[in-house]
Amino acid sequence: MIGNIVKKEFKELFTIATLIPIVVIAVVFGLVGQTIGNIGETMEEKPVIGIVDMDDGDFSDIAMSVLIETAEVIYDGSDAEEGLEEVREGNGVALLVIPESFSQSIYANQAGEIEIYWIMRGAGMMDSISSGALEGLIQAVNQGISSELIQQDSSSDPALVLNPTKRIDTTFFKGKEIKGLSPSALGNMLMSQSIVIPIVIMMLIIMAGSSVISSMGMEKENKTLETLLTMPVRRSHVVIGKMVGSALVGMIMAAIYMIGFSRYMNSFQISDINLADFGLAMGMQDYLLVGISLFTALLAGLSLCIVLGTFAKDYRSAQALIFPITALAMISVFITMFKDFDTIPAALKVLVFAIPFSHPMMAIRALMLDNYSLVIGGIAYTAVFTVIMVAVAVRIFNSDRLLTGSVRKRVGLGKLGWGFRR
Amino acid sequence: MRVIATLLQITSGSVTVFDYELPKEAGEVRRIISYLPEEAGAYKNLTGKDYLNFIAKFFGEGEKFQDMVQKGLEIANLGDRINDKVDTYSKGMTRRLLVGRALMVNPRLAILDEPTSGLDVVNAQEVRRIINSAAGAGTAVLLSSHNMLEVELLCHRIALINDGKIVASGTAAELKKEYDAGNIEEAFVKAIK
Repeated sequence: MIGNIVKKEFKELFTIATLIPIVVIAVVFGLVGQTIGNIGETMEEKPVIGIVDMDDGDFSDIAMSVLIETAEVIYDGSDAEEGLEEVREGNGVALLVIPESFSQSIYANQAGEIEIYWIMRGAGMMDSISSGALEGLIQAVNQGISSELIQQDSSSDPALVLNPTKRIDTTFFKGKEIKGLSPSALGNMLMSQSIVIPIVIMMLIIMAGSSVISSMGMEKENKTLETLLTMPVRRSHVVIGKMVGSALVGMIMAAIYMIGFSRYMNSFQISDINLADFGLAMGMQDYLLVGISLFTALLAGLSLCIVLGTFAKDYRSAQALIFPITALAMISVFITMFKDFDTIPAALKVLVFAIPFSHPMMAIRALMLDNYSLVIGGIAYTAVFTVIMVAVAVRIFNSDRLLTGSVRKRVGLGKLGWGFRR
Repeated sequence: MRVIATLLQITSGSVTVFDYELPKEAGEVRRIISYLPEEAGAYKNLTGKDYLNFIAKFFGEGEKFQDMVQKGLEIANLGDRINDKVDTYSKGMTRRLLVGRALMVNPRLAILDEPTSGLDVVNAQEVRRIINSAAGAGTAVLLSSHNMLEVELLCHRIALINDGKIVASGTAAELKKEYDAGNIEEAFVKAIK
């Protein structure tokens, strides 16, 4: 008896319609994971660096031996300009310049300065793995010098023994020279500024998208759709009305969610760096572009949802159709969080660009770095995407598909009596 | 009926509703028709009155809108329950609300699909009375039903359809005479043999 019920439930729930979205999303996630690469492998790789040792003293020798042993040194010369170029071309992380007075400063009880010229290629979490590894090597250099200081002279200043070197960071990132920040500090700062928007977008798309797809499912389940479609109103107005109504509901729900989320995020806020000091502040026109990007992405998402909603047979099937939207939003969030658009492989770039929700997620970071073409291109793409999706939705609303599930299904009257009363 | 109601595409032939050709003039047709599907429902989170307001706004503003809603309230005749959510209505109450919705807009053509399907005797009789009254007031009613006795009771002209084709048409008296039948149900059975 139980087996009979289990069989019936399985047949009812395990359908092609419910299976396809899961399989597609599983494949997409698998491809994304494979394309992004393995974090462990990246962490095990030696950071590629260049070194300019202008000191040639006792302590710079220690630093050199540690670095040569633990990093892949592709430039070891005396010309900083040339070294920087080699590191850039060799896909390296940084050029380390040990100035003339390095060992002398340490002997004089002052921290020896190491100038680090970072080549930063992306601001995603995974983009800073190599620079993080190099920061670890600098710690190893410190330890080597500390141990030498302890062996040589026990009367050294304890503060100096603990921190015998001082870093002077300069980061080159997308045409900008940012003094005083390492890639990880810069990445953290950009992340803290731009992490809220992707979460807002994701919630907005999921909430509003869920509303519009459910609305279509409920129209069919409650048998109200046929009546609505015979009202003297354009089908495009029905589509737009549903989109705007759902957007409002979605925005209210996302706003409520974000009140809680922003309080949660505030508890992690540790960066008190002023963006303007590094030429990364955003102006009014930048915020306007973020707003436009957000708005067009929302419309694009909703227009896609309304097309998906036409496939809903009832409220339950509508819930299954929300899944692809949720997954697409999550893919956008994860890729933009872990990798920078410029550092992902071409295939993934196409995927990220094609998902309309990605654009506002990338907008803040891009605008901080004056990458207007990506943001404006994204807005243009999402606008075109929206127009195409609305046109598709109106076409479906004008066809038999909504009511019959098929465009070419013949009209059958069966056996009945028709009467006129006048 | 769904073709005339502008819901389905025409696969062959042509359809003209009061000089308006479908699908070219579907917008004009929608202004003069009202369609009540067999399994129609109303928005469950709206009250009955809100539902009538929602529909009436598609057809008029100001006094015209008020008159339509008033007419809808009278036809539905749900008393104070009109201010309750549709979700709480019985099948009969929902059907009366929908009949009110369909006829309040003073359509030139009301397309009613099985208007009394699933209703108890009292509600079915009330719906038939409302349809009669609308027809008396000048609305053309195109009614489809499997209940031949209802068709005979309500309709001036009847078309008997089998497998999507009209097999006979005329007044009830003409059909009964043609097939030597006591009622339309009997005439139908003879017509399709």
